Amino acid sequence: MTYEEILLELINKDDRFIVMTSENRAAMRNITSKIKNNFIDTGITEQTMIGMAVGLSLHGRTPIVHALATFLTMRAFEFIRTDVGIANLPVKIVGAVPGFLSDGNGPTHQAIEDVSIMRGIPNVNVFCPADEDDMLKGLTKIFTSSSPFYIRYNNTKPVVEHNEFEIGKAEVWGDGKDVAILVYGFLFREAFKAKEILESKGVSIRLINIRTPKPIDEETILKAVDECKLLVTVEDHFITGGLFSILAEVLLRNRKTANVLPFALMDKWFKPGLLNDVLEYEGFTAEKITEKTMKQLALSI
Amino acid sequence: MTKEQLTELESSALRVREHIIRMSGRGGCFIGASLSCADLIVYLYKIFLNISKETLNDPNRDYFFLSKGHDVPALYGTYVELGWLEEERLKNHLKTNDFIYWHPNKNIPGIEFHSGSLGHNLSVAMGVAYDCYLRRQKNKVVVVVGDGELNEGSMWEAMLVASAYKLDNLLIVVDRNQFQANMQTEDLIPLEPLDKKLEAFGLKTETVDGHNFEAMEKVFLKFPFEKEKVSVVIANTIRGKGLPSIERRADRWFVNFNEEEVEQLLKELHGQTIAKITSETITAR
Repeated sequence: MTYEEILLELINKDDRFIVMTSENRAAMRNITSKIKNNFIDTGITEQTMIGMAVGLSLHGRTPIVHALATFLTMRAFEFIRTDVGIANLPVKIVGAVPGFLSDGNGPTHQAIEDVSIMRGIPNVNVFCPADEDDMLKGLTKIFTSSSPFYIRYNNTKPVVEHNEFEIGKAEVWGDGKDVAILVYGFLFREAFKAKEILESKGVSIRLINIRTPKPIDEETILKAVDECKLLVTVEDHFITGGLFSILAEVLLRNRKTANVLPFALMDKWFKPGLLNDVLEYEGFTAEKITEKTMKQLALSI
Repeated sequence: MTKEQLTELESSALRVREHIIRMSGRGGCFIGASLSCADLIVYLYKIFLNISKETLNDPNRDYFFLSKGHDVPALYGTYVELGWLEEERLKNHLKTNDFIYWHPNKNIPGIEFHSGSLGHNLSVAMGVAYDCYLRRQKNKVVVVVGDGELNEGSMWEAMLVASAYKLDNLLIVVDRNQFQANMQTEDLIPLEPLDKKLEAFGLKTETVDGHNFEAMEKVFLKFPFEKEKVSVVIANTIRGKGLPSIERRADRWFVNFNEEEVEQLLKELHGQTIAKITSETITAR
């Protein structure tokens, strides 16, 4: 199944769903003629699209809105916070090319604070799928839930076949006790590769695919805190407000501490370029993650 | 409009103004703007909108949105007159045991959606209007906006989209009281020629005296003004209408009156005296 097929199936089963876009049709290009009465393109107007989505949901619909992640979460931020958040309406907010996936666009298009600002809105939950397979496994549950959701759209090629999805449950790969790697979104690919390299060097790893930074799977994280020597967070997001912050919040809430090595953007935008070159330049490749993790693990024992 | 209807509207509007004045004590309210749209809101609910206490949740009801949410005393005053809200509850204004404060809250029967941040409810109303169109429902969707609110880019963005989607079940009513918070609109960000601007955006406008019920009736009955176009009523109003000591005063934007002033203003409303106001006006809202 593809993203478009899931949308089609949902709409065919339930007329409640309305697909909206502010002229970013990449995710539904091939189905627009088939869903005419359930499709609205508002033009390049993120605020109006969110406002209309709110009106549609007041009238009993579940709008699934699309735009580039930066413009959707930031240009229309106050509409999301004030109209979707306060009223707690089931609007599904799908942000395209989040994090490193904006590759060559430059800082205007880099949504690397989106997780922070969306999860900061009461009632709004966040889903950051690892790849296309992970996204597709989560979508139906997320679209049919009664809660507003922000979704970091990610149709990159999967490196694994993911497990069944449950809102608020992380997906755990391995039960290693040396290092726990916590990751959400596209960088799962690098984290998974890093796990394999580290294991080949005799380091035992558990890889935690967070899936929903909100609601956060506190239980899985705390288990890793108790059982592992080092925690590594990997995210294509500013260091502030994302996974590193979430981990810090979980630790503090539970009166715990841990050895933590964060991979995040340290108060800076990233160098635009081809995706793999960006990862190399910014130090987010599996090899870089492996190298720094080995060093930090030596200090943590 | 019959003479009885007119008398009924005028006496309702007078009582709504009394409610507004009472809400301007005990913490204050946006009195000037509330008084400017009081007649409009009374007219819309009593005559124009197809909605009653029994049909507040009926899918075929007409929808009303107050985008300039700070005028909510006029709305709650009208709800009292319609029998949707007990008059006693207005005394809960700004009390934490109720939902009555400076902007609309959905827990009050009649409120379709909250507002307060300007430039939001037009697009929300458009979502409802478009869905009524999709479902082939005949509801009217009315949204009252401020003239100052037209500074917001989101209003013009929304109007472009509303025109593109030919939402002729949507009616925008501009409370053209010539003031934004602390300034006259034409002295700060001029809007004129407003009708031409709106028409250039593809909307169909009518202009009316927003304090004259018979004139309003003539204009509103023409809705929709043109097939496949959004209708706009530019309602010329007076900020503070009904209280000469407040009318057209930039510094009577938000006021917190003491009990004695409230009593004097009630007398002034009935033409008995001119109130002496000494309470410091709070403009920084």
